[in-house]
Amino acid sequence: MKQVPEVADVQVDEKTGTLIRDGVPSILNPFCEYAVEAAIQLKEKYGGEVTIITMGPPQAKEALLKALAMGGDKAIHMTDRAFAGADTWVTALTLAEQIKKMEFDIVICGKQAIDGDTAQVGPEIAELLSVPQICYVRHLELSEDEKFVIAHRETDEGYDVVRAKIPVLLTATKGLNEPRLPNIMGIMQAKKKPMEEVNAETLGYDVDKLGLKGSPTQVRKVFPPEKKKGGIKIDAEDPKAAARELVEFLAKKGAI
Amino acid sequence: MLCTKVCNFGAIEKDGDKVKFDLDLCVLCGSCEEVCRDNAIKIERKIIDKEALADYKDVWVWCETSEGRLRGVGLELVTKGRELADKLSENLVAVLIGHEIEAHAETLIHHGADKVYVVDEKIFEHYTTDAYTIALNTLIAPHKPSIVLYGATSNGRDLAPRVAARMALGLTADCTGLAIDDERQLIQTRPAFGGNIMAEIISPYTRPQMATVRPNVFKPDEPDTSRTGDIEKVEMTISPVQVRTRVLESVNETVEGMRSVEEADVIVCSGRGIKDPSNLEMPKKLAELLDGAVGGSRPIIDLGWLPPSQQVGQSGRTVCPKLYIALGISGAIQHLFGMQSSDIIVAINKDPDAPIFSVADFGIVGDIFTVLPEVIEAVEELQAKR
Repeated sequence: MKQVPEVADVQVDEKTGTLIRDGVPSILNPFCEYAVEAAIQLKEKYGGEVTIITMGPPQAKEALLKALAMGGDKAIHMTDRAFAGADTWVTALTLAEQIKKMEFDIVICGKQAIDGDTAQVGPEIAELLSVPQICYVRHLELSEDEKFVIAHRETDEGYDVVRAKIPVLLTATKGLNEPRLPNIMGIMQAKKKPMEEVNAETLGYDVDKLGLKGSPTQVRKVFPPEKKKGGIKIDAEDPKAAARELVEFLAKKGAI
Repeated sequence: MLCTKVCNFGAIEKDGDKVKFDLDLCVLCGSCEEVCRDNAIKIERKIIDKEALADYKDVWVWCETSEGRLRGVGLELVTKGRELADKLSENLVAVLIGHEIEAHAETLIHHGADKVYVVDEKIFEHYTTDAYTIALNTLIAPHKPSIVLYGATSNGRDLAPRVAARMALGLTADCTGLAIDDERQLIQTRPAFGGNIMAEIISPYTRPQMATVRPNVFKPDEPDTSRTGDIEKVEMTISPVQVRTRVLESVNETVEGMRSVEEADVIVCSGRGIKDPSNLEMPKKLAELLDGAVGGSRPIIDLGWLPPSQQVGQSGRTVCPKLYIALGISGAIQHLFGMQSSDIIVAINKDPDAPIFSVADFGIVGDIFTVLPEVIEAVEELQAKR
């Protein structure tokens, strides 16, 4: 899972065109909430243990605590300056290196993070773990023998019912479940649950291949988007006249 | 100190006559390095092996098919790919994977491809991550293209990271701009932070450079039926054992007469202001007249009034049609993110302060229930005249 800024609260400084991030709260990425909820529901139904993993700065611990309060059993916080500046490929590599050290049946990620919107880290982890992937899952069940997952994978036209043998990686999208709100009891217990910190050294990976240095892509420039300006705005006191004016406008623009 | 001003991430703070960096907030984008007049900021990056990169040539595009049909984004990629290949003086190669899809090869040549690889086997009839990854990797690895582009559809966004990760390559998601710089690198432009900023991304160290491209951003050129090119059928044997997922069923939720919002030139999108599912008949009528798709904002999709495939916005589909008509949609940032790059935006809403008006080319402040019937009538009249 990933901690992200509440993107809806991010404002742009009109003068400089830069983002104003002061006072913008950090939240658990909404798509990751579906993933956490799905994992907890699987545990409640079939048993097992839910480990929550994130890579991020020290403050990402808050998001881990939330996932633990929802019902996760333990957390792993991958945090190190050496991880900073990682693109999707190195993020996936770093997370996969950690997951490889653990036993797992199902890895569930959010479809995408609402700050980057790439949807790449999940499939990249699946490839690095050499397991099949089912992306954009909005319904999930296990086969009777509990050896296969059967998932509804969102497509451009609807969904595919896809079956894959465990171990498998899934990415969760809207519709999969209604993430629970942590209750007081959960929040109290979360603080006592095991939280392991992993840095580049404990991960045991060459620091030159991590973070910015290990990233095959590079951000060269960031700039404000071309601001779309509002155009004509009329009052519909006379709906017929307003409608005619609109249709005339569209015809002139060649839009209809 | 310019660096404090250009930082988009609040990572640089003035500290007397010095600056302080918060490396937890820094994404190492390099904006500060570029503007620093004292050359005081240095980000250590890897060294590029230019000779090894020069071995990679040609622009490749994967043109997705679905149930034998060529997706629209394929033609958009071929058109844009042609432009990039011309700039590099290299060839444009299209890859078609599927079953009984060979006929599309000629269409791709007419739109600008120099060569088309056709992988046509029963196992590719329906998209699976494993079969398609193997097919693309098998083609890409020996031919060493310099650029590979994919449409950012559900399948494209599933496939591209898998192919890229197998080759330990970078990948840029959902590009809305592509260009070639003086060093023959692919400049990949994409929105981030809910569309609040744009980022230019390069892949300086590795080839091929890979990107997924948002559908409907680049417009396809008219076909030139006199164009000729190479069509090469590639035999590929993939054992079912190599395909670890099985599609048990494929459900099409696009209702009869309800076109996909991602492929339509016109979208008529309704929000909470539509009040009741029975009122959707009006937007449906307008969409039908304009040969467009019917869309919905998040609240009405959550209520189940339209299928999830029709949701426009950050948690649904990102669209950029030629004409977007927003009915009773206030315009939350998540919705604007999904549609603000449409060519022409029309908004009808009774709240004059609704944020949707700030992006609308033509806004009508009024009740959709009185205005929309008039719009439908005016369109019908116009069409009757033609």
